[in-house]
Amino acid sequence: MKIEGLFLIGVGLFFGAIGLIYWFIGYEDGGGMMLLGSCLLGLLPGTFYYYWHRRFLGYRYFFWGSMPAVGVRPEDRPDATIAEGAGVINTFPGSSIWPLCLGVGAFLLVMTFIFGTWFVPPAIGLIVIALVGVTAESRRGGNV
Amino acid sequence: MTDVIVPPVAGTGAHPPVVHVTEAHHGHEEHGPSGLLKWFTSTDHKVIGLSYMITSIVIFYIAGLLALGMRIQLASPSSSFVSFAQFNALFTMHGSLMLYLFAGPFAFGGLANYIVPLQVGAPDMAFPRLNALSYWLYLGGSITMLMGFFVAGGSANFGWVAYAPLSNVTNSPGAGADAWLMALALTGFSAIFTGVNLVATIFYLRAPGMTMFRMPIFTWNMLVTGILILIAFPVLTAAVVMLVCDRHFGTHIYTVVGCTTTATAGHPAVPAPNACGSPVLWQNLFWFFGHPEVYILALPYFGIATTVFPVFSRKPVFGYKGMVFATMAIAALSTGVWAHHMFTTGVVLLPFFSLLSLLIAVPTGIKFFNWIGTMWRGQLRFTTPMLFCIGFLFAFLMGGVTGVMLASPPIDFFTHDTYFVVAHFHQVLFGTAVFAGFAGLYFWYPKMFGRMLDDRLGKWHFWLMFIGFWVTFMPQYVVGLRGMPRRVASYPSYLGWESWNIASTIGSFIIAISFGVLLWNLWISWRRPVPAGNNPWDAHTLEWFTTSPPPHHNYTHLPPIRSERPTWDYNHPEHPVLAHGPGANESSNGHGRTNGTVAAEVPSA
Repeated sequence: MKIEGLFLIGVGLFFGAIGLIYWFIGYEDGGGMMLLGSCLLGLLPGTFYYYWHRRFLGYRYFFWGSMPAVGVRPEDRPDATIAEGAGVINTFPGSSIWPLCLGVGAFLLVMTFIFGTWFVPPAIGLIVIALVGVTAESRRGGNV
Repeated sequence: MTDVIVPPVAGTGAHPPVVHVTEAHHGHEEHGPSGLLKWFTSTDHKVIGLSYMITSIVIFYIAGLLALGMRIQLASPSSSFVSFAQFNALFTMHGSLMLYLFAGPFAFGGLANYIVPLQVGAPDMAFPRLNALSYWLYLGGSITMLMGFFVAGGSANFGWVAYAPLSNVTNSPGAGADAWLMALALTGFSAIFTGVNLVATIFYLRAPGMTMFRMPIFTWNMLVTGILILIAFPVLTAAVVMLVCDRHFGTHIYTVVGCTTTATAGHPAVPAPNACGSPVLWQNLFWFFGHPEVYILALPYFGIATTVFPVFSRKPVFGYKGMVFATMAIAALSTGVWAHHMFTTGVVLLPFFSLLSLLIAVPTGIKFFNWIGTMWRGQLRFTTPMLFCIGFLFAFLMGGVTGVMLASPPIDFFTHDTYFVVAHFHQVLFGTAVFAGFAGLYFWYPKMFGRMLDDRLGKWHFWLMFIGFWVTFMPQYVVGLRGMPRRVASYPSYLGWESWNIASTIGSFIIAISFGVLLWNLWISWRRPVPAGNNPWDAHTLEWFTTSPPPHHNYTHLPPIRSERPTWDYNHPEHPVLAHGPGANESSNGHGRTNGTVAAEVPSA
């Protein structure tokens, strides 16, 4: 996670620097806010990744204390072998009807602005059914 | 439930050992939904990627027909092929379809969806259901935008940038404008979900040994594109929602209503400048999305070119890390230059935006030199994908050089809203999304369908398109410098623009013929398939290690990953592995690193 963390921190630092320059030259609100948002978009996940990278190596942080070092992930080590990824790595659904259901619901919802508010009930109904369905399916594990 | 299980079983043989990775999955393809149901319910990234590509190419053809309509109208002065209102709708929908629904979704929805998990050795995207939802939102957005043609009042006609106050309900009434805005909202969410999926897949689902600096450049570019999407698209979606609020819910975010307090008895109205809306705010928000969007559209296609050049030069990519950092630099700078589209508003910082815009030329130049360096002294094979990539180099170079000119405010003031700008951005976007995009299609088509496209027809496609491209857009530079404004439906004959416009129209029809050749090629491939095999190009990256088309969850076994081109290393044990990092000397083929010296690379027997 080290490179990923540093990459995102770099994004944050760049936009932080550009944002400061922009703000003190122009005092323009809209652009300043967008650059601040971009800075945070990099810094927040970046520092989170980098923090956990260090924790995994056994570094302790203030009152969080230390944890057993788990080392570097196989995908981050140049000498890792494919077999090191052995075991169940994730669960992937092969098919699901709920994304389509949710997409149709969203499509009907925006039709409200074109054809009228009578599209709202079926749209909301489909969206709710899809959200319940996809949540239940995720807990079950999904279809092949 | 489909657990991806990785048993530690190593194979043996003359080649380096491969490890079986998805033993639990054999035969899943047969058990899943088939036929039409598969296309409606599949969460497989390959099916979703193909759905994206097919939809976006259909959109591309529709948008191309709209462009032909405009070119016919402009071929002669004072033409009445379409009405002025219809012309406004034509250029609005042409731009919108091409930019929002073709160029981006074809790259980050189609090619990236299909290729990135394969290139990093992953069984699927990180969030398969979210991935499927992205496609359905994109399809819903596409239908919504096209629906504009069939509603009362016709489609949106305020240009693909929808500047306020032209796009407000007073100046653009009717459901067509709402359909356009809703389409953007849907595709905006679709793009954000795809961006999340891309970043998560690349961060979390790489195969062991596939370190960040061993990822193929295409995957690197898609990672950077994913970050750019997450920066830019939320701004667009929020801006669109606010415009909808202005149109339907009585807010005045982009209008100047409310700049004074309401007069009451004894209290006259007084100025309240901070209380009113601002049309320029729309431009600020839109271009904060719009300029990164140019690079969201360009970076994936840079990645395609960087994938294709090494394969058909039979060399590793020249300056791998330079390419990665140049991509990052381009992306970062592109997010700080949004207001160079607003120089003529008079309310932006000209030196700041001009300087950053000019700086983009530096990393882009690095990329150009690296592409040339990759081909330099290589064993070049001028296959169809390679020709398209070389065409991309010329087209993008011209678009890039004129982009540097436009980054200079004095030149921009002179050429703003003329056909010079139209020619510039068509050379940039056609050069990337079409030249490099169709290079990617010709390159990966064998992997996707297990059959080849005809190389001879492909070359006809390329040469017709190449000629048509230059004949179409070079005259537009000239006519732009002679003062022809963009978005005009008619012009008087005495201005001398006619011959340039006729040439441009002829060029556009040559381009149209070239895409007829592509359709014919696809038809031939469908009717008389020529089997492709796993790796017909002797390519480098991991996706060429698996079958064509790949099985469900992509891999039944993987080779050791010791460099950025593991398939080449596996297929060519006689060559040194050019790996980065401490694992370099533990090469899969018994050779150590050779300090960057590349042995002559010849095809294996």
